[in-house]
Amino acid sequence: MITLNVNGDQHDLDVTDDTPILWALRDVVGLTGTKFGCGMSLCGACTVHLDGKPIRSCVTPVSAANGKEITTIEGIGASELGKRVQDAWIEQEVVQCGYCQSGQIMSAVALLKENATPSDQDIDNAMSGNICRCATYARIRSAIKLAAGQPAAKEA
Amino acid sequence: MHMLPETQTPDTARGDVSRRDFLKLSSGLGIGLLLEFSLLGTACSKLGIGGKQEFTPNAFIHIDQDGVVTIVAHKVEMGQGTYTSMPMLIAEELEVDVSKVKLQHAPPDDKAYGDALLGAQITGGSTSVRGAWKPLREAGARARMMLIQVAADEWKVRPETCYAENGEVVHQPTGRRVPYGDLVEKASRLPAPTAVTLKDPKDFKIIGKPVHRLDSPSKVNGTAEFGIDVKVPDMKIATVSASPVFGGKLVSVDDSDAKKIQGFQQVIKLDNAVAVIADHMWAAKQSLAALKITWDDGEHASFSSASLREDIAKASEAKGAVAKNTGNAPGVIASADKKLEAVYELPFLAHATMEPINCTVHVQDDGCDIWVGTQVPVVAQMVAAQLTGLAQDKVRIHNHLLGGGFGRRLEVDSVAQAVSIAKQVNFPVKVVWTREEDIQHDMYRPYYYDRISAAIDEQGNPQAWQHHITGSSIMARFFPAAVKDGVDPDAVEGATDLQYAVPNVYVDYVRHEPPLPTAFWRGVGPTHNIFVVESFIDELAANAGKDPVAYRLALLKNAPRAKAVLELAAEKANWSTPVAAPAKGKAGKGVSVLFAFGSYIVQVVEVEVDPDQQVRVKKVVCVVDCGYTVNPDTVRAQMEGGIMFGITGALWGEINFEQGRVQESNFHNYRMMRMNEAPVVEVHLVPSQENPGGIGEPGTSAVMPAVANAVFAATGKRVRKLPIAKALTTT
Repeated sequence: MITLNVNGDQHDLDVTDDTPILWALRDVVGLTGTKFGCGMSLCGACTVHLDGKPIRSCVTPVSAANGKEITTIEGIGASELGKRVQDAWIEQEVVQCGYCQSGQIMSAVALLKENATPSDQDIDNAMSGNICRCATYARIRSAIKLAAGQPAAKEA
Repeated sequence: MHMLPETQTPDTARGDVSRRDFLKLSSGLGIGLLLEFSLLGTACSKLGIGGKQEFTPNAFIHIDQDGVVTIVAHKVEMGQGTYTSMPMLIAEELEVDVSKVKLQHAPPDDKAYGDALLGAQITGGSTSVRGAWKPLREAGARARMMLIQVAADEWKVRPETCYAENGEVVHQPTGRRVPYGDLVEKASRLPAPTAVTLKDPKDFKIIGKPVHRLDSPSKVNGTAEFGIDVKVPDMKIATVSASPVFGGKLVSVDDSDAKKIQGFQQVIKLDNAVAVIADHMWAAKQSLAALKITWDDGEHASFSSASLREDIAKASEAKGAVAKNTGNAPGVIASADKKLEAVYELPFLAHATMEPINCTVHVQDDGCDIWVGTQVPVVAQMVAAQLTGLAQDKVRIHNHLLGGGFGRRLEVDSVAQAVSIAKQVNFPVKVVWTREEDIQHDMYRPYYYDRISAAIDEQGNPQAWQHHITGSSIMARFFPAAVKDGVDPDAVEGATDLQYAVPNVYVDYVRHEPPLPTAFWRGVGPTHNIFVVESFIDELAANAGKDPVAYRLALLKNAPRAKAVLELAAEKANWSTPVAAPAKGKAGKGVSVLFAFGSYIVQVVEVEVDPDQQVRVKKVVCVVDCGYTVNPDTVRAQMEGGIMFGITGALWGEINFEQGRVQESNFHNYRMMRMNEAPVVEVHLVPSQENPGGIGEPGTSAVMPAVANAVFAATGKRVRKLPIAKALTTT
């Protein structure tokens, strides 16, 4: 039995220590906003925060979350910054299929938490681990800048 | 957007969906005005199916007594924005706020929900807005007229003195107003008017204006439900391994080690695959890895990428079925003094949707429930009925948002597999493919081998054009009736409707099937043919020593829309200004012209090629004339996404085979474009009153040759075999 603290709620789970947080969240806790994309930390769809830091939950075992706080896409809107990023995503019309956007938003919030005014290079560095097959990258960049209070002029 | 909680699905999926069935489907919507209309109408089907002349109750609008408008969405949302554009079309004529429109996934029914262009309930071929453009507006207009009639009757005034506005009917002279909700009960007893007058486009308030996507809120807070997110009581999770060689069979499985894994439930054997059912995906994955599986590889265990290429090159020596023959191109080319010829090759490609393949199934004695995101709900229903022996109307498809389609979710191989697994247990099972399974058991964009040649006159212009296409016929499997006299219309699309003025044109097609499954991929036929045509026209321009844009413009004398788009693109992209070369390496600009899916697109691409021959696309200028645009920002988004999808494929996309096995397995060796590699994309829309063209696919089709042409401009190397990165780094 292992206890996960997710978005402020305690969950006692009967899974082995090596179970990735991704599958514990999706299939045991029942929070499916965190997405499976690759299982190898290659695409970022499964990004959640562990004590505020972004991690790839598909390769991070539940044992690593012992005594720590997990925040998922379902909980990120509770923070002022999280809400601001979600609103910027809507304002900039980022989503298409939307499948990767949970992970994109979690990576973006983690970036802005560390760096309130990221440069284009900072954004590239923080976000290039997140694949979007619909290629919404330019709008993600604009949304991050909008959330950071920078001008985020859309493409012509 | 508010997706309604799932309600009952009608049990009449094969027959007409009647008012009664819709009311059942919409139980909970309460009393209201229910309007039936036909999407097929009298439209001729592009594929030659459907399109019956009779009026078939077809898709539905419901307005309840609170004025809430619900439409049953006959298309699925896979990112293309259709769940925003469909409500916009209805809301425009119905005079309601678009954000007040609710959507419900349609149950499977070709007759009721078939697309006007495709004749079946399919989301694909960039058809959604093209097919629904008129019928959805007419449906909105009919409902509005009926509501006005009721209000006018109540007020004892003439309907002409009333108008509709923001969900209310207004009596102009007195300013009296009544909300729709108060009118729907009486309106539901009126016959629907047969003649409708649609708004003049200059009066549009919603269509053509940017509207926020209605699906955004649920997609930024984790509540959007994709197929893979389904939760059903007592559900278990399965993951699967199919024979690594196509056509191979399962011989035996030893599960003694798997049984020791916590959460393991049971092994399910299929003819060509083995699945493990477990409490959760991790236990299923671990258990699958612990199985000792013996396969009979069958007859396809020896082919490789090299042998497949030899086979198709040999097949291309045959004469093909004639798809187009104007003048006497073969004769003119044979006797020409000057000619140019080339061979173009395009690789197998995987779809790699971000949402891996999955399907949840519960088979019971008296019915089967399937939860999945599919572009083809009726086909999914049919295949499940066949496998379970149940009547088709006992198979209930619960359709979901798609985490990318790109053609992959036009196929039901995974639905069939999931049903075969679920048949063997008495509880619901969610089958989820790993990314490795998703890439190694995709159905692939076919390899194409095209021979192309032209006879050239003194000015360097083509007098004859011959395009000989060899490749798999997807249509022969997907929709055999569309294949006429050996010509697969998809395999030649983009080759036969040449926009350039060439007096003699001959296009033929040789069907050649590889020993692996093939399927549609974003941009379908044009993604293949536009690459060949636009690369070769660029070769002809270079051969003539002419500027690629000027050469094309001269040949577009009979294609005014294409020519206008090219002129605008050249201006917007500052075509005549050379691109500055980087400190190290080279730079160049390339262009391509596309007419496909009813849309005209020109793209100008800037690339940099570094000393290690690595290509970086810096900028794409894209000019689009897709007729009337319903949601301009959706057109922009589809161009941005389609372009990068195409660049990804053109630069890196390739599925390879050794010993009958796919070599790529995940994103480390099947490369995707990432944010740091994404070019600036500038999209310009040409204002147009023409009927809407498709926009989901052509951005992808147009960009591939533009990138290759830019690489030629930068390096002098003509890439005739994709992917570009490999062509530049191998000799």
